[in-house]
Amino acid sequence: MFNIINRKTGIEEEINAFLDQVSQSGLLFRKGVRAFLEGKYPCFEKALADISDIEHRGDALKRSIIEHLHTKTLIPESRGDVLELLESMDSLLDRFKGALWRFEIERPGIDSAFTGDFSDLADGVVEAVEAMVSSCRAFFTDTAHVRDHLHKVSFWETECDQISVRLRTALFRKEGMRLSHRMHLSDLVRHMEKISDRAEDAADRMSVYVIKRSL
Amino acid sequence: MFAFFLTSGIFLGWSLGANDASNVFGTAVASRMIRFRTAAICCSIFVIIGAVISGAGASHTLGKLGAVNAVAGAFITAFSAALSVYLMTKAGFPVSTSQAIVGAIVGWNLFSGFPVETGALVKITMTWLICPILSGVIGIVLYRISARVITSFRVHMFTLDRYTRWSLLVAGIFGSYSLGANNIANVMGVFLPVAPFGPVTVAGITLSPAQLLFLIGGLAIALGVMTYSKRVMMTVGAGIVELSPVAACVVVWAHSIVLFLFSSQALEAFLRSHGLPTIPLVPVSSSQAVVGAVMGIGLLKNGIRSIKWKMVGGIAAGWVTTPVIAALVCFISLFFFQNVFQQTVYLPRKAEARVEQARPAGEINLLSQIPVSPSGEARYTLTHTK
Repeated sequence: MFNIINRKTGIEEEINAFLDQVSQSGLLFRKGVRAFLEGKYPCFEKALADISDIEHRGDALKRSIIEHLHTKTLIPESRGDVLELLESMDSLLDRFKGALWRFEIERPGIDSAFTGDFSDLADGVVEAVEAMVSSCRAFFTDTAHVRDHLHKVSFWETECDQISVRLRTALFRKEGMRLSHRMHLSDLVRHMEKISDRAEDAADRMSVYVIKRSL
Repeated sequence: MFAFFLTSGIFLGWSLGANDASNVFGTAVASRMIRFRTAAICCSIFVIIGAVISGAGASHTLGKLGAVNAVAGAFITAFSAALSVYLMTKAGFPVSTSQAIVGAIVGWNLFSGFPVETGALVKITMTWLICPILSGVIGIVLYRISARVITSFRVHMFTLDRYTRWSLLVAGIFGSYSLGANNIANVMGVFLPVAPFGPVTVAGITLSPAQLLFLIGGLAIALGVMTYSKRVMMTVGAGIVELSPVAACVVVWAHSIVLFLFSSQALEAFLRSHGLPTIPLVPVSSSQAVVGAVMGIGLLKNGIRSIKWKMVGGIAAGWVTTPVIAALVCFISLFFFQNVFQQTVYLPRKAEARVEQARPAGEINLLSQIPVSPSGEARYTLTHTK
């Protein structure tokens, strides 16, 4: 409503920039997975390189924020919560990068029958993390609206669960696939799905932080 | 000799500084939002300023209760208050210096045979009751306003952190000033009628004898803040820190406002000039003001369940037990001091009247140095020789 007190300090900018990196890593993950599924390898490799850069930038920002928080003894009452939150968000970023690298290293052979579900799973995971990023931004400025985003994290996590179950069932029902291939793809699906699980874990912790910060 | 007798007041001032600074800066220091050194310097400076500039109001009311008219009596009165505070703290009872000194003065009245001014006593005890309630009400109002502003303006966590630090510092400075203004009466009030000072000019500033005494008391409080308050701040502050920083800041503001209300002569004059009811200028317990504000916020956030009735009971019991114990200790100590050490602990009325009649030019009337409110009765006739 009123946003007149809007002078941002260095650390506020850094936290916003860090959350931008997490959000961008999700978008790059989605772009990379789609490119892989469509066989556009140059585009996939570009996304992979970009996500690696973003992960480095995210790590640097996180270190700077932690140093800032400790040296200037800022927000003593919420410092632990904020540090935990940053760690959770950073682990999401790492998982996006890790999943994309798995595609690069393992080069899984994905039948065209499954590409739709893989793409949907990537979308769902990214949406869950996006909702988590939005709730993080609200946590720093407007705790009353954090819940508006948190419920979306749960929604997308459930969606991802359903897609994962459907996809893995289809993998093991499909005729003519080797067991090792089924197991490989199933493990990749679980790896992707776990990103949304971690986002939901972070959302659960966030709801506790909000209670602690409520006025 | 006066310097020796003043030591009990200085000790009382030291212990007040060591203990009550935690109510002003404890939260900020324990949460490491303000460094102890910054807090101690600000607190010391503004306690002294508050004591010297505005200490007279509460001292005047305390003087109404009983003007201790012999220096040995003043020594014992202050000493008894300090001893009672020590004994009760040791026994684990919540205790207030303000209540102890009132009890000690009543003890002196009983021993010397001077009548206890019932009106002043009622006024003072009523204030003790009102103090935590008023602090709670102010705490609730301030908290609601703060929450509304923070929510409406969507203040970023780090911006809020910055504002809270500044607010804690300003509230601490205001609280230190109010603490000096309100509680200096506990420390030096009993010495006012017997102090042998004349006006003193330092660096072009002329201090009246009362102000000089308050300056000494203020320095004693500052010494307590500098030397011993850190540990108390870390202990007491940590208890309050369980609140959010905003709530903790509101608590300090509410405490400071209450102490200011009960010590500001300017406010009293303003209210009187506008035909409004005035607030009695009485030394109140800063700890109870803090507890009142904490409970007010707890009541607002969590309802009646949040009230710790044991703590309320402890405060209420303190209103009775502290003055009674202090009066008893003072009475026994006066008896002992008079009969064992052969010291004059009070001047009988006839002697007092003789001193008044025989007062030569050059003698001073210390209590007359205190700016008296328009309603203040001219009952201070005690004099002494320079």
